Amino acid sequence: MADTAQPTAVALGDATVAFRVAGDRVYTAVEKANLSVAHGEFVAIVGPTGCGKSTLLNVAAGLLKPASGSVKIFDQPLAGLNRDAGYLFQADALFPWKTAIDNVAIGLEIKGAPREQALQRAQGWLTSVGLGAFGNRYPHMLSGGQRKRVGLAQVLIRDPKILLMDEPFGPLDAQTRQIMGNLLLELWNSDRKAVLFVTHDLEEAIALADRVVIMSAGPSARIIGDWRVPLPRPRDISEIRMEKDFHELHREIWSVLKDEVMKGYVQSTQAAEAS
Amino acid sequence: MSRLMLLTCQLLVAVVALALWQFLTTVPVFGRILLPPFFFSNPIDVGSQIVKWFSSGVIWKHLIITLWESLLAFVIGSVAGVLVGFWFARQPRVAAVFDPYVKMVNALPRVVLAPIFTLWLGLGIWSKVALGVTLVFFIVFFNVYQGVKEVSNTVLDNGRMLGMNERQLMRHVYWPSALSWMFSSLHTSVGFAVVGAVVGEYLGSAAGLGYLIQQAEGVFDVAGVFAGMFVLSAFVILIDMGVTLVERRLLVWRPAAAEGRG
Repeated sequence: MADTAQPTAVALGDATVAFRVAGDRVYTAVEKANLSVAHGEFVAIVGPTGCGKSTLLNVAAGLLKPASGSVKIFDQPLAGLNRDAGYLFQADALFPWKTAIDNVAIGLEIKGAPREQALQRAQGWLTSVGLGAFGNRYPHMLSGGQRKRVGLAQVLIRDPKILLMDEPFGPLDAQTRQIMGNLLLELWNSDRKAVLFVTHDLEEAIALADRVVIMSAGPSARIIGDWRVPLPRPRDISEIRMEKDFHELHREIWSVLKDEVMKGYVQSTQAAEAS
Repeated sequence: MSRLMLLTCQLLVAVVALALWQFLTTVPVFGRILLPPFFFSNPIDVGSQIVKWFSSGVIWKHLIITLWESLLAFVIGSVAGVLVGFWFARQPRVAAVFDPYVKMVNALPRVVLAPIFTLWLGLGIWSKVALGVTLVFFIVFFNVYQGVKEVSNTVLDNGRMLGMNERQLMRHVYWPSALSWMFSSLHTSVGFAVVGAVVGEYLGSAAGLGYLIQQAEGVFDVAGVFAGMFVLSAFVILIDMGVTLVERRLLVWRPAAAEGRG
């Protein structure tokens, strides 16, 4: 656990999230989730499709309020949006009417930074995500992977203390995902922010994270497992998958996750038949 | 098809149509003329009428009046449409209250308003501008309303997480989205501004292309009616080309496949 000098970056205590669906019925997405991310820790949440991983992330971001339970950010109860967090969305979230560099610079501009200075720093960030020459392109002129890079720069330029990532590399092809994963680790390594990373890909989770948290199938999803990843850093995502420790950990976690994935699958097919 | 080929074919259509028109109105087929010149005139008469208008310079005054009316109708209608569209989209309660009335007015054929506008605003340009405004307003209004409503939730959440306040969301998210919808309906709204102006002139005025056509019709000058129609079409095509140029400048950020909304 984190020492007392460094407060816990994100702490969810018995957080339950429920949605009102069709009149009086209430759908409980996540039930009594306890989760903490220490300062500088990289935590990955893995679970079957539709288990409420993103819901949990939205709670940490302050976009959703839990029905009960507590959300603490650096030991302070969260009210409204989480101002310490940067959020990388699963879907395209860039402003389509702004060029890549304007998309990155906007985070500084709205804080009142002079435009010249904002553009200069944005150019620096574009270069560090490998898109130095693409500043004047609009999002639709960029590939999916390039858009994710711009998104990463857009979030990181504000230097948030916490990074929330919702299956950010989900829509990308396998090779691009590995490249993006390595880029993320490289950037993260320089200043070690607290990261909460949601994915359905267990391999990706183990390769990236310090801790892997497993969620059960929804509804009323719970956190059912928490593993430390004892692999050394810095890591190379494509190489670490070959290591023996990686395989053992993967087998161990998968034995738990597999049942939940099957449960989730059965539930989703039954729901489809019932409707 | 190559560009040259396409252009040739397009020209060919015009040539054939004009030739056919000329032939059927002047040369008897089986002893009778199929298109009586009194009702159909012929391309040469129509052409010489157009040339006469331009060489004597009478046409300019009418063109400028119509252009001016269209422009005013477009600007006033667009500004009002943007403001009200924005207001309604951000205030769902206001929108809900006014909804049936908006639908009612929009369902009304705007031509029936022309006599009222003439009564209120006289025979000058303002009654035509008013008619154009009622047409343009609704197109812009619905598009802006839609544009603000349909802002992607992810983009909005992203804006919030990046630290934007309501005013900044307005400026960086809602506003560009609404404008993009408005610009994508630019062709339609400019077209309707011209329709409003010309129909207004036709129903009662002292100048403009609509007036010219109406005058010719009044004295059974069919060549004049056709000439007016051709000048009007050319006028609209020119304006449309201008709109295309403006659009290309304003909507560079949009992928080509998404064009033609609204």
